[in-house]
Amino acid sequence: MSHALGVSRPRGLEALPEGHWLQRIDPRTRIVAAMAYAFLLVACRDLRVLGIGLGIGVGLMLAARLPLGPTLRRTLGVDLFIVMLLLLLPFTTPGQVWFQWGPLTATWDGLWRGVEIGLKAAGVILMLLVLVGTMDATRLGHGLHRLGVAPKLIHLLLFTVRYMGVLRREFLRLRQAMRARGFVPRSDLHTWTSYGYLFGMLLVRSLERSERVLDAMRCRGFDGRFHLLDSLRLGQADWAFGTVFAAGLILLGGLEWAGG
Amino acid sequence: MHIVDGALSGPVLAAGGAVTLAGTAWGLRSIGEREIPRVGLLSAAFFMASLIHVPVGPSSVHLILNGLIGLVLGWRAFPALLVALLLQAVFFGFGGVVVLGVNVANIALPAVLIHFLLRDALGRFRGRTAVFAMGLLAGAGSIMGTTLLVAASLAGSGQEFLPAAELVFFTHIPVMVVEGLLTGAALVLIRRVRPELLHRVAEAAPLAEPAPALAAEGRS
Repeated sequence: MSHALGVSRPRGLEALPEGHWLQRIDPRTRIVAAMAYAFLLVACRDLRVLGIGLGIGVGLMLAARLPLGPTLRRTLGVDLFIVMLLLLLPFTTPGQVWFQWGPLTATWDGLWRGVEIGLKAAGVILMLLVLVGTMDATRLGHGLHRLGVAPKLIHLLLFTVRYMGVLRREFLRLRQAMRARGFVPRSDLHTWTSYGYLFGMLLVRSLERSERVLDAMRCRGFDGRFHLLDSLRLGQADWAFGTVFAAGLILLGGLEWAGG
Repeated sequence: MHIVDGALSGPVLAAGGAVTLAGTAWGLRSIGEREIPRVGLLSAAFFMASLIHVPVGPSSVHLILNGLIGLVLGWRAFPALLVALLLQAVFFGFGGVVVLGVNVANIALPAVLIHFLLRDALGRFRGRTAVFAMGLLAGAGSIMGTTLLVAASLAGSGQEFLPAAELVFFTHIPVMVVEGLLTGAALVLIRRVRPELLHRVAEAAPLAEPAPALAAEGRS
């Protein structure tokens, strides 16, 4: 009964506590670092370079003392269709023959292409989880704001984060009401239409809530603009981290360029 | 249907990024300042949908419901989905960074298309069966659109992805059916409880009439 509750995805990683060394680094530095790393890693082709790149991510994860289990589960958890995609690659890529299995021919080229995609995907997500996933959503919003992302998008982000938890509880309440009336999810029409009603109800209730929220905000003088108050400053920690991280990226780029 | 980083080619990534950038800019323009709580809450509701697993045969699928997103939000689906997918990547590790634009475009483009194809027709139909049928069409059609775009993103990135692209399409046919039925039921309910959700979300309508709370309590 894994879907008895209907929600079986893992919950997000907890934000790191205030005093943690990673939290002393400005959100902007962390966001820019994770993005630069992602673009560089996606551009690399050399498997050794990609391996070292992933190693940097693992090193940072260990240095930040993140819980290993949840972090790695999120890094490796992908859609089933990505798994199919990678498993099919050796059989669909032309190149040097690896083995033959009935009518199917697997190639080394396809295998290495699959490994390449796997290393890139894992590296990018791991670095994102370590550097950005460890900050609370408010910090993320402020960081993105100071990096020049449109204010409306930031407000949308902050609202979404604020009400995700509220709606989750609302959903579980509705779900519990269904269970109380003896509803058991099965693979049939009744289940699917019931889920449709459930989600429609969730939408209706969130809309009603948003009207109450807006009313309450207007009572407090909301005029359509949020004022994001933050005290973000780039300090010594940022320069130190930024320099070391940039050196790492330049090294990776250099290895790729020299190796290619 | 989140594609991971590393699989797609440069041109596909650039095209997806450009579409998402343009769609988000256009969507943000049409969000009135006072509408932000409303779009934010709907965006959170759709984020919730992606966490719900629905049994299908021996397995289960998680919902996307982009047909419903499109009908309710129109162009605003782009910023709402961008926020949702960004949060999924940052806090849950789904998808990727460079590929984010492609993932958003693949889900949001069919949503917007459904909005323009079906919104006017939806206003004209009143009967329960007709509304359900529209929802079926919207739900199944938008997932089919997303699946085709995912397949196209893969096929555009290399010949070796072609079989996988076809497999993606065929394995998602049950998902299309389920999302269609779900969207149909959700539309029937919304149409009965809060019909203005489907039409008036476009205007900034600051103060709504008191919600029909009793009717809302009765069905869930």
